[in-house]
Amino acid sequence: MSSVDTDRTITVTVNGVPREATVPARRLLSDALRHDLGLTGTHVGCEHGVCGACTVLVDGDPVRSCLLLAVQVDGHEVTTVEGLARDDGQGGQVLHPVQEAFRECHALQCGFCTPGFLVTIAAGLEKRAADGKATAELTEDEVDDMVGGNLCRCTGYANIKKAVHHAAAAMKDGAP
Amino acid sequence: MTTKLFGEPVRRREDARLIVGKGRYLDDIGHTARAAAFVRSPHAHARITDIDVEGALDVEGLVAIYTYEDLTGPMAEPLPVLIPHPQLHAPRTGYPLANGEVNHVGEPIVMVVATDRYVAEDAAERIQVSYEELPVVVGVDAARAATVAVHEDIPDNVAARHHQETADVDAALAASPHTLEFTQYIERSACMPMEGKGVHARWDADDASLRVYTSTQASTSVRAAIAAKLELSLDAVEVIAPDVGGGFGVKIVHPWPEELLVPMAAIALQTEVKWTEDRREHFIGSAHERQQRQEIRVGYDDEGRVTALDVHAWHDNGAYTPYGIIVPIVTATQLVGPYAIPAYRVVVESVYTNTVIVTPYRGAGRPQGCYAMERTMDRIADALGLDRALVRERNLITPDQFPYDHRLTFQDGRPVIYDSGDYPGLLAKLRALVGWEQAETLRADAAGRGKLLGIGMAMYVEGTGPGPYEGGHVQVLGSGKVLVSTGLTSQGQGHETVFAQIVASELGVPIEDIEVTTGDTRRFGYAVGTFASRAAVMSGNAIALAARGVKEKALRIAADVLEADPGDLEIDEGVVQVKGTPGASIPLRTVAVLSNPLRYAFDEAAKQATQFARQGSDDKPPVAEGDAPGLEHRDYYSPIRSTFASGAHAAIVEIDPATWEIDVVKYAVVHDCGNVVNPMIVEGQVHGGVAQGVGGALYERMAYDADGQLQNASFMDFLMPYASEVPDIDIDHQETPSPLNPLGIKGAGEAGVIPGTAAIASAIEDAVGRRISAMPISPTELYDLVRAPDTERTAASRRREGTGAMA
Repeated sequence: MSSVDTDRTITVTVNGVPREATVPARRLLSDALRHDLGLTGTHVGCEHGVCGACTVLVDGDPVRSCLLLAVQVDGHEVTTVEGLARDDGQGGQVLHPVQEAFRECHALQCGFCTPGFLVTIAAGLEKRAADGKATAELTEDEVDDMVGGNLCRCTGYANIKKAVHHAAAAMKDGAP
Repeated sequence: MTTKLFGEPVRRREDARLIVGKGRYLDDIGHTARAAAFVRSPHAHARITDIDVEGALDVEGLVAIYTYEDLTGPMAEPLPVLIPHPQLHAPRTGYPLANGEVNHVGEPIVMVVATDRYVAEDAAERIQVSYEELPVVVGVDAARAATVAVHEDIPDNVAARHHQETADVDAALAASPHTLEFTQYIERSACMPMEGKGVHARWDADDASLRVYTSTQASTSVRAAIAAKLELSLDAVEVIAPDVGGGFGVKIVHPWPEELLVPMAAIALQTEVKWTEDRREHFIGSAHERQQRQEIRVGYDDEGRVTALDVHAWHDNGAYTPYGIIVPIVTATQLVGPYAIPAYRVVVESVYTNTVIVTPYRGAGRPQGCYAMERTMDRIADALGLDRALVRERNLITPDQFPYDHRLTFQDGRPVIYDSGDYPGLLAKLRALVGWEQAETLRADAAGRGKLLGIGMAMYVEGTGPGPYEGGHVQVLGSGKVLVSTGLTSQGQGHETVFAQIVASELGVPIEDIEVTTGDTRRFGYAVGTFASRAAVMSGNAIALAARGVKEKALRIAADVLEADPGDLEIDEGVVQVKGTPGASIPLRTVAVLSNPLRYAFDEAAKQATQFARQGSDDKPPVAEGDAPGLEHRDYYSPIRSTFASGAHAAIVEIDPATWEIDVVKYAVVHDCGNVVNPMIVEGQVHGGVAQGVGGALYERMAYDADGQLQNASFMDFLMPYASEVPDIDIDHQETPSPLNPLGIKGAGEAGVIPGTAAIASAIEDAVGRRISAMPISPTELYDLVRAPDTERTAASRRREGTGAMA
């Protein structure tokens, strides 16, 4: 089989920037992001949709990029871990509160699963804020929902949960 | 800001890149590399009768196909037995690609190289391998029965018979007031780092040199293996461990076949070649650990003091023994834990099965040893009607008995002599932390809610930081940057931070000026590797010694310039100054420039240094005899023997008698790893270890069927804990510094995982009153156990029944 026969050109807005790529129809979104667009922050841990390391946001919602084909996101917006920080307007970047929280709370060790957790939790906290709950007390159930679908082999999750609380508190205090 | 950072919870320096997606793991390297994929055996035991590659040849993008026939010279020989041992009488290793026979599912047979991984896998699936299937051995009991042999010339399946004996155990048993004996099992799990293995190799034809990136725990040894197997000069090979997404032991094995085959292809094809392991490959092709059958006889007195201990274990080593008998030795020698055992005999038979190899997984034989010893303590307590904590207390080595010689020989060939510890202290702290004395109240309370509650504990001593050595290099540049390197690798432990803390404290420089490199043979050529909780102990101390060497030289040079005695100088915030004399100072970066008599004025630092430069004596060489240019020092730390960390864990479980779901409602850890460099990082290590301990006790097992097929080779079926499965962990610390090394530290990496299975088995047994003698245990297995009429009841449950308490 020649891959040329099935090549498709897709346009995807990745981290706010329109990107074009020509990919075989069978190419996984995770591979397209990593190897065609050079965004290697998204990691591949199992390639069967269980570990969550490859999680990215498609139109704001967390999805497993190893379970999507790149052609499926043609015309959509994708956010990866590289897109979580904001430009500070002075050539630098401001980390997302959940990124700051992970560092502060020692919520990562090897860091391989971390991007998946970061985008999932960021989406969860932002959805919460959009629902008008930014100032409400974050419950353990909410935390469990945000971290419960991703595997980490290093941390035992205690500090990841702590980081979610930390990030929520920072967002409550008006952090970006 | 202070430079005295030893002991502080300094935030990790690694995180800056890892939280923004700028880590550089193996598969992040070489996007244009050719990709390798493997045809692996679908059978657990078979002869290969034919390999037909014809169907793959017309796959567009195919670059090369390799089978055993294509291997030449040392590559065609069996893989090395890394750690031979006189008691490993029948070692066997595989070949980089199977040579006519496969001995486990997942064994590599053909390597395909293609333009990308998709194409490589297309080609691989078109290759037809024909097999003559052979009978299969799965599990220790089948291996022991030996009705079938894994290797034809080893009919009893026994690779090694490891034996140690400290006294006349038969006589001691015969003289014991009481004896009991039992058999128990522990199952296989695996390291399961989130990043699998991976290798990237690039041959530079102009330079005739090879650069290899590999997701390894031992880059220096991979380098030596590649040089030997591919017949290259060592200096033509450099090996780098990039960011590594977890190891836990599986990546200490080397060389993995792929670590030789990918460089071989890169040289042959004169191009970049990369292989990234997928999860299924990792399950079936990388190492597992932990399955043992343990037969235990123990003698004890009326007080519960052990008088003799006789252990005969069978250890499943899988199809091959590339890593020797390290795991059986560790089980044998660490089994005794914190207890004084007057007469101890252990025999561990390491047996072949048609399953993937067994090599260290975090704990490396210690969880099995702890399970044997701690369950023995529980049995003694049960038989005598004594409190389990009390029986343990009566057997503990006391603080005045250090150094304590167990009269055993450890994995490093050195005596098992405990350096320091306070085991009664651990036990007292644990009882308070978990609320041991309140257990009956909790049990009654849970019973009121229809739940069965139980409590259990387990103690351990962990030999950490075995030799033979690690090295460190510290160099101060004219810019003020301090470059630190060690050959040992990192897989997420935070070495960049911890080693920087040590140098900041030793040298008196701001941590921001320090850059740490690990696992890069370009920077440091001699290393052993990251395993056995040895990084902080070994490289930490080596780096401390190197920093002290730099400091000594800096003070000597500065003393000359400042016309002071070196003893009157100190370094603070990167400035050398005369103690108590403001103004009499020189920046360390300037000392670095002065340390080299060749001072071209490339930069401001060099220009500024000229004001301090003094004309040397005409009758002395510019570089004094025995001296060297540059402000740098290399040093090695080589301990006489291991340090011994220790700890005690307790678990409280609640079991729902409708579903038999087992909920760990409290988990308490008391931990002693000597002086602590960074308490935040040590706690993180404990958290992660406990999660693996809980996983190993309740969820994780390798479900091989009788044909040697791994039935749960995916994250959907192998139950690795999510956040919902890991209990909250209460931690208390104790610090008994090691007298053996300059920093007084002991290792911390593996501790968290060791007692999990033992403590949770004890708690479940306490809750249900039925003997738990096989771990891990699932709700279904617990249900079956409780229902089975022949399941042994504990004496404690019969006693409780007598009092009307729920059993």
